[in-house]
Amino acid sequence: MADLTAYRAVLASRVRAQTTYRLSFGLDLLGALLVGLVELAETWVVFSQVDVLGGLDFGGVLLVFGLSNICFSIADLLVGHVDRLPRYIREGTIDVFYLRPQPVLAQLVTSEISLRRLTRIGVGVAALVAGLLANEIPEPLRAAAVIGLALVFGTLIFCALFVSAAGCQFWLVNGAEFTNAFTYGGSYAASQPTSVFGTGLKITFGFVVPAAFVGYLPTLVVLGQPGPALLPAWLAWFLPVAALWSCLLAGLLWRAGVRHYQGAGG
Amino acid sequence: MSPVTESRLRAGLLWSLVRAGFAEQAHYRLAVAAGLFTNVVFGFIRAAVLFAALDASTTAFAGYDRATLGGYVWISQALLGAVTLMVPVSPVEERIKNGDIAVDYLRPVPLVAAFALPAVGRAAYSLLPRGVPAVVVGLLTTGWFLPATPGPYLLGALSVAVAVVASYLGVHCIGLLGFWVVDTRGIKAFYGILGTFLAGLFVPVDLFPEWLRTLAAFTPFPTFLQYPVDVLSGRVLGAAAWQHLGVQLAWGLGLLALALLLERLGRRHLEVQGG
Repeated sequence: MADLTAYRAVLASRVRAQTTYRLSFGLDLLGALLVGLVELAETWVVFSQVDVLGGLDFGGVLLVFGLSNICFSIADLLVGHVDRLPRYIREGTIDVFYLRPQPVLAQLVTSEISLRRLTRIGVGVAALVAGLLANEIPEPLRAAAVIGLALVFGTLIFCALFVSAAGCQFWLVNGAEFTNAFTYGGSYAASQPTSVFGTGLKITFGFVVPAAFVGYLPTLVVLGQPGPALLPAWLAWFLPVAALWSCLLAGLLWRAGVRHYQGAGG
Repeated sequence: MSPVTESRLRAGLLWSLVRAGFAEQAHYRLAVAAGLFTNVVFGFIRAAVLFAALDASTTAFAGYDRATLGGYVWISQALLGAVTLMVPVSPVEERIKNGDIAVDYLRPVPLVAAFALPAVGRAAYSLLPRGVPAVVVGLLTTGWFLPATPGPYLLGALSVAVAVVASYLGVHCIGLLGFWVVDTRGIKAFYGILGTFLAGLFVPVDLFPEWLRTLAAFTPFPTFLQYPVDVLSGRVLGAAAWQHLGVQLAWGLGLLALALLLERLGRRHLEVQGG
């Protein structure tokens, strides 16, 4: 498998490159830690004013926050750098990716691995553990199963969102910020109890961009809550379906984008 | 040349810098539309979360009601394109890195003016197509939140103008650190993360616990977003509004002094390879 060796070599070089400059790497890790902590602080400030938000207390929201942050950060670490695509398109360097005998997406994904996100994953794990300790969990086995499902397929959902956003960049280029509404907006929506949203937002971030599946729905199952209208708790077991939908959308958008690109010549 | 014509020429020169920034931003229509779309989506999410929190609150919620909270969410989203907060990058940094800053020092305007005035122009452009529609979407979805008297609009316009300039000066100073620091990425990351939080982008500063509010007050960040939002939405009126404006001006002048100081020190420190 000569192909995989090439990918592995690139990734290993990226890891070495990031860890060579210790101070700089340390600062990056600290920065990512701070992002996680500040996001947690926002939730905490809101809960200094309320006891229960959208049917969840702070312990419950910690679960939502933890799950969504772990999944988003892992996805960001693995594929988040595909959002550099607009720059490659503007500079014309994307042409090189087309010339190599490997899929463009595979090259783009393996061109980088953002290790600095590790600390943000740490914040998510800490929040998840704190949430599990703070709550009484009626059925631990079901809870473990749904958390496992959420971590795997939630990460896949966010990976798919990043790829969908990148696929749109072949058309947008200068309008790159447009897709932030779905990637970063999706992550933001996923870390809130979806029950506070109105019908429009519930459908958008429940089904079109299935952010509710990452944190909120699994949390309902963990806590044994029935869930609000439109988003009953049992939907959490359909996480693989939500992930499949996201991947399908990502595949279509990416393929269409790659074919749409014509190069600037030169 | 008479002093009068010279000062008129000078004013024309400075004005053309503002116009250049305006024209630059006006070319990126799609980028502005994309920014507006993202601001609106985030506005919807934040409005939903904060309204739910207001309904469920066990406290006075810092005196916010539905109208002032709606005003806070949508006016802050509307100003986001104009104030320099989310992406704390100044073009001055790139110029320092590649040495072009030497040319900038030779120009007939101070360094800070050459960079801040185009930033003001860019902000002025983004206020219209990005700010106004965000407020309109807010009004249509969350109900009326704009003040009924002209006072808040006049003071608000001043407050927004000061916030635009001061927030740019903040990142300008960070950029000027590039004279001494090879890579300012770490500093920018900290500035961006803490800045957006302490500016009150995600939750209003007044909802912070006491100690955090005190901490925020020791930084210029609340004056970049929370203060203009408070003044423009009419949440603070009369003497309190003038006081907000005074604090904003003080921070703005402080940052200007710092920028000028760094500019002078940087000039002495700068070594450009000839050729």
